[in-house]
Formats: sequence, structure tokens, C-alpha cells
Amino acid sequence: MMNLHLYEGLYFFSYLIVMGIPALIIGIMEKPKIMRYYIALTTVFVIYLVCKGSWIAMGNIALFGVVQIALAKIFMKVVEKYGRVKWHLWAFVVLSIAPLCVYKITDFYLGHGFLGFIGISYMTFKSVQIIIEIYDNLIHEVKFFDVLNFYLFWPTLLSGPIDRSRRFMGDFSGDTGLSRREYLDLFGEGLFKILLGLFYKLVIAATIYQGVYWLGQDPSIKSALIYMYCYGFYLFFDFAGYSNMAIGVSYIFGIKTPENFNKPFISKDIKEFWDRWHITLSHWFRDFIFSRYSMAAIRGKWFSDRVVMSSIGFIINMGIMGVWHGLSISYILYGLYHGLLLALNDVYQKKFKFHKKHKKERWYQILSWFITFNLVMFGFLIFSEHLVELIGK
Amino acid sequence: MNREQVEEKVLDIIQEICDDDIIRQEKDINLLDEGLIDSLDYIDMLVQFEEAFDIIMSPSEFTREEMDTPQKIINQVAKRVG
Repeated sequence: MMNLHLYEGLYFFSYLIVMGIPALIIGIMEKPKIMRYYIALTTVFVIYLVCKGSWIAMGNIALFGVVQIALAKIFMKVVEKYGRVKWHLWAFVVLSIAPLCVYKITDFYLGHGFLGFIGISYMTFKSVQIIIEIYDNLIHEVKFFDVLNFYLFWPTLLSGPIDRSRRFMGDFSGDTGLSRREYLDLFGEGLFKILLGLFYKLVIAATIYQGVYWLGQDPSIKSALIYMYCYGFYLFFDFAGYSNMAIGVSYIFGIKTPENFNKPFISKDIKEFWDRWHITLSHWFRDFIFSRYSMAAIRGKWFSDRVVMSSIGFIINMGIMGVWHGLSISYILYGLYHGLLLALNDVYQKKFKFHKKHKKERWYQILSWFITFNLVMFGFLIFSEHLVELIGK
Repeated sequence: MNREQVEEKVLDIIQEICDDDIIRQEKDINLLDEGLIDSLDYIDMLVQFEEAFDIIMSPSEFTREEMDTPQKIINQVAKRVG
């Protein structure tokens, strides 16, 4: 069996065309209820291809989905019966992230991850958010077919963007189906995004990668700087390219997967950067970790100083983000580095009059942009693991 | 609690947080854009609404755009109280 990689190679794109044509016909005929089953069918097909027909690999994915749905259903009963009990929430969150933890830990210590099937990292975001939103009384029913499709929706299975269940269900349920006109607009936009993503990935990212590969390998400062800037731009075009394709393909199936990047390199501070870079990830962390930590801290009056409170929150938030990427020292450093930057940025903007006085001035904005850009690039150097390699030499 | 009482209490909380009574005159003023509240004030506000009205204000429930003016906030809170 041929090796299928999502969003790569002629093999994948041939299948995409074959799978896209029926979706187009269903969309034009305004049959959202049929689209649901068609999406499920293509998901099964793509997972079959990606797993190269291995029943064990497919079984792992299916089992993950079924177990997570069972957890959600049980938790809903628990909340109905006992109300909102904090430790119940914690227990179910732990159960929900347990498979991912097993995978990350075995992968790090044994070199091959137990439970390491595609999409586990991203699916875990979706399962945890459902648990938390059940606790918040935002989700009142867990429909097996719909939630399973939310977890496994193949265009975003591999690396996001991370959708929200209530948003996804709105598109997927077919209750508010798109008119022919709306669908065709979405389809056209989707095609454009796929082409743009291809251009980002195959032309720009691949070209820039040559700089990383040919000019950035020596252990000199100059070479390390070339590596840093090239890697940063490479990462953006590669990941934004992938994200554009994932969003574009979602559109073809009538699902409006949220945007993931918005010109991150024009950011004038680190906070703005995280509203522009890997948006669905950082907003997930904001909504499900940082905000909840802050609410608990305010309610419990944990700190007398607000700035201390949010600084600790940023470091915890981004530290967890780092660990989520993997247990290697580079990823953890990357997370803590950004947590620290966000904390420093917050202290600076709140406590220094200099910022408030000059923030609308042109020179100040250009300087802020320049500093932010370089801090971000240095972050990517940490993320690339090249920095730790260089230090080790 | 009727709608007027809810509105009054919501405005009290917002006014205390941003320390400016402009929010009573201009109920469509954008709190975040105008720098009247920052993201931590926003979260503080959610906590205070939860405690004042005994409701759940989930931070993942609404986008910031759904909660950025006094009027929108009143509507969101009233929906949960009523």
C-alpha cells in the first residue's frame, strides 16, 4: 500500500480531488444532512489510508474517540447528579489527558510512544474542552456520531487548527445548512486557501529551508543568526501553509474551521504575537487555562498584587504549552521563555509610565516591533532545538 | 431581580472596575479598545458577575466581541439571570 501523507504529494491531492467532487455536488444540491455522512465516510477512508490499512493503528484512534465520548457522557451524568464539584472536574480532565500523557512520557523515555497514533495531541484539546464546557453547563448533550466526527474530522486531525465543539456542531449538524450561493462562496475561498497554502509550503518554506540547511549549520554566531531567521520564517510559511490547506479543505466540506495565523511578524508586543501566531492554540490556552486560573486566583484572593498573579499565570500557561509540544528541554524552555516574556511585557506595560506616554508615537512603535520580532525569532531558535545543540557543542 | 436592577448592578460593577462613569453615558463604548479595561479586568468582571448574580460566566463561552461594550455585557448577564 502506498504511503499517504496528509497535504503532501500527488497521491494525496489526487484523492483530495476525488473526495472533493462529491462534496461539491452535495453542497450545490443543498443537502447538509447527506454531507454529515459524507464527511464521516471520507474520515474513515483517510484514516484507513494514513494508517496504511493497519487495523491496530485504526483501532487505537477509534478506541481513543470512543473512550473520550464515554468519559464525556459519564461526566455529564455526574454533573447532573452532583452539580458542579471541582474535584470531579479535575478527575475527568486527568482521565481525558491520560492517553496523551502516556504517549508523551513513553515517547520521551523509550523513544517510541505507546498510544502514539496520529492526531492524539490535537484530539486531546478537543476532548478536554468538552469536559470543561460540560462543567460550565455550556454543553447539554453529547451525541456520539457528532462528537466522534468532531474529534476525527480528517482535514484538521493531524495538526489543527483546533476548533470548538459548539462551533463545529453548528456547521456539522446541518440544521442551518448553507444555501447554494453561500456554499459556492465558501468552496471558492477554500480552493484559494489550498492554493495559497501550497504556495507557502512548497515554494516559500522550501526555499527558505535551503538557508537553514546550507548556511545555518556552522557553530558560529553569524551562522546561528542565519539559522534563527531562516528557521523562523520557514516555520511560519510551513505551518501557516499547512493551516491554510486544512482550513481550505474544511470549507469544501462546509465546515468553517477557524483561522490560525494573522500576520504574526507585524506584532508590536508579545501579547499581540500570541493573538496572531497559532491562534487556535493560544486562544485555547487562554480560555481553558489562563482565564480559569485567573478567575480562581481572583475569587480566592491568592495574591495581593495583580501583576504578580498574572505573571505567574503566564508562566504556568506557556509552560504547559511547552510541555504539550514535548518533554524535551528545548520545548519546555520555549514555553517558559514565552511565559516569561508575556509576564515581563505585562509588568512593563502596566507599571512603566514611559510606555503609556510614548505608545502612540511612531518611533516607539517601530522600536517595539523590532524588539518583539527579534525576541520571537530567538524563541524559534529555542524551539528548533538548534540552540540547545549549539550550547552542547 | 428585574431587568432594571440587573442593568444597574452590572453597570455598578463595570464602573468600579474601570473607574470611569463614561460607561453610564455611553453604553456602546468599546471597553477594550478604549483602554477602559484590560484582559485581567475582564476576567475580574466575570468573577464579580458570577458572585453577584449566582450565574456561570464561562470564559470560553463568548468571544471578546460579544462582551466588549456595557450594553452587550448587560444583555449577556441578563440572559443568564432571567
